[in-house]
Amino acid sequence: MIDQLTVFLGNTEGRLTALCRALGDAGIQMHALALADTTDYGIVRIICDNPAKAMAALGEEGFAASLAKVAAVEVPNVPGGLAQVFGALDQAGLSIEYCYCFATAEGHATVACKVDERAVALLEEAGFKVLHPNDLYAA
Amino acid sequence: MAYQDEITHMDRAELEALQLERLKKAVVYCYEKIPFYKENFDAVGFDPYALSSFEDLRKASFTTKDDMRAAYPYGLFALPKEEVKEIHMSSGTTGVATVSGYTEHDLQVWGDCFARGIGYAGGTEEDICHVCYGYGLFTGGLGAHYGGLAAGCMTIPMSSGNTKRQIKVLNTMGSSIICCTPSYAMYIADTAIADGFDPKKDFKLKAGIHGAEAWSNQFRENLEEKLGYKALDVYGLTEIMGPGVAMECLEQNGLHVAEDHFFAEILDPETHEPVPDGEWGELVITTLDKEATPVIRYRTKDITRIIPGVCACGRTHRRIDRLHGRTDDMMIIRGVNVFPSQIENVCAAFPEVADWYQIELTRENSLDVATLKIEINPEFPMDEIRKIEDLQKRVKQALKDELATTIQVKIVEPYTIQRSEGKAVRIVDLRSEEEK
Repeated sequence: MIDQLTVFLGNTEGRLTALCRALGDAGIQMHALALADTTDYGIVRIICDNPAKAMAALGEEGFAASLAKVAAVEVPNVPGGLAQVFGALDQAGLSIEYCYCFATAEGHATVACKVDERAVALLEEAGFKVLHPNDLYAA
Repeated sequence: MAYQDEITHMDRAELEALQLERLKKAVVYCYEKIPFYKENFDAVGFDPYALSSFEDLRKASFTTKDDMRAAYPYGLFALPKEEVKEIHMSSGTTGVATVSGYTEHDLQVWGDCFARGIGYAGGTEEDICHVCYGYGLFTGGLGAHYGGLAAGCMTIPMSSGNTKRQIKVLNTMGSSIICCTPSYAMYIADTAIADGFDPKKDFKLKAGIHGAEAWSNQFRENLEEKLGYKALDVYGLTEIMGPGVAMECLEQNGLHVAEDHFFAEILDPETHEPVPDGEWGELVITTLDKEATPVIRYRTKDITRIIPGVCACGRTHRRIDRLHGRTDDMMIIRGVNVFPSQIENVCAAFPEVADWYQIELTRENSLDVATLKIEINPEFPMDEIRKIEDLQKRVKQALKDELATTIQVKIVEPYTIQRSEGKAVRIVDLRSEEEK
């Protein structure tokens, strides 16, 4: 599974900019960013090339940043491709807490899912490509 | 032997005889020297010359903060300025300041009272007393300073602020007793930990003497856990003297009132009748031997109780309980009385939130709305909104169980609630004047 960077952000002006700037200043390259918003706060989920370093850099800047494991799965490039991925999880009775899609540098559509870790072996057996840290992290 | 053991262990009968003797003099002294007392005593028919028991004092009039404000600056001084050595003033955040004067004797009493507390904390002349209450008109800084000197400690007058330097001194000079507000102690601890120190190993603290704010037992436990010391409460107020009126011993079960200098009553705040020992009420204090600004029956507005029985430490001076709050800090939220300390107790039990909180009072559709802002603890992973909402729900329920009223809970980012180097700002009232 991939280490996703999760940041709790208060809904105050300029906070998202400050977050992105802090990551940029730390030399972190982002692959994906998804924001779940509520009235009072947002949860920002980020896939980047060095999650541990990013978390440390954000911690120093006073952000509430943590790491969470997500499964990143390449989505077959056909209509219904995403349904195939989710269908496999459904069949195994694994529910998805949240997910979001992004494209890798190679141009593959990819879905990041918060799901039980058993999903990785299951999806691989079903023939899907599940990304490993080496595929996304900086060498 | 701790500082003034002979006084703090005095036989009760002997102590009460001393109190009564001093009380008789105090009421006459006030009557003769300060027109305010003459007028008020006469108005209620209290004859100071006839006082022969503690019960007789109940016939005397009260003194309130408003009386003190009205008397600003010198109206309640018993002596001419030439005989006064120092003055202090309350912060006057809600209006005119109140002034307290001290003669040489008064300063000595003050130092003695606080020094006893250093003794209660296990301190001796071998200790290093680190004072980071603010120095100045506020009684905290100099009160603790005089206590440190009287106890024979090497005393470091840090004052508040410049937290990095506080940490450096704590780390390098071996400060063993720290005197400051509890919230500032927490701020120092958190800052030190964030800077990579382990205060339990890197500081040499054995005790902290913390006052000027109400703080919960849970807050105390968190402080003790972070700093590896004993955190003790101190009570005092500018109008009476400053910190040292009552101080906690290592038993951590109430604060010993310096009864040879102060006479304490606990009264029902509505009826003004005394409540039995063990029951909560408003603390009313009479100074027994203050010279410059003596006070008879000062309504402190602080809610406490006398803890019945004898303290396990063996000292005979009676104990007041840790403050339940102040009658004027009390918020009335939809008809229910709420003290900030109750809210603090609730949120301190949740490890997911940091030790900082703020209560915002607003009014929506002519109903009071209290919103508790709590900071998420950076160590607590917050990946799923469901978990955050669950945390909000649990805190809200715990508040409801404790207070019997609804308080909204808002979770905010770490370090966004303003830190204080003096008294923490716990309540922000955004209601307009008419709405209060």
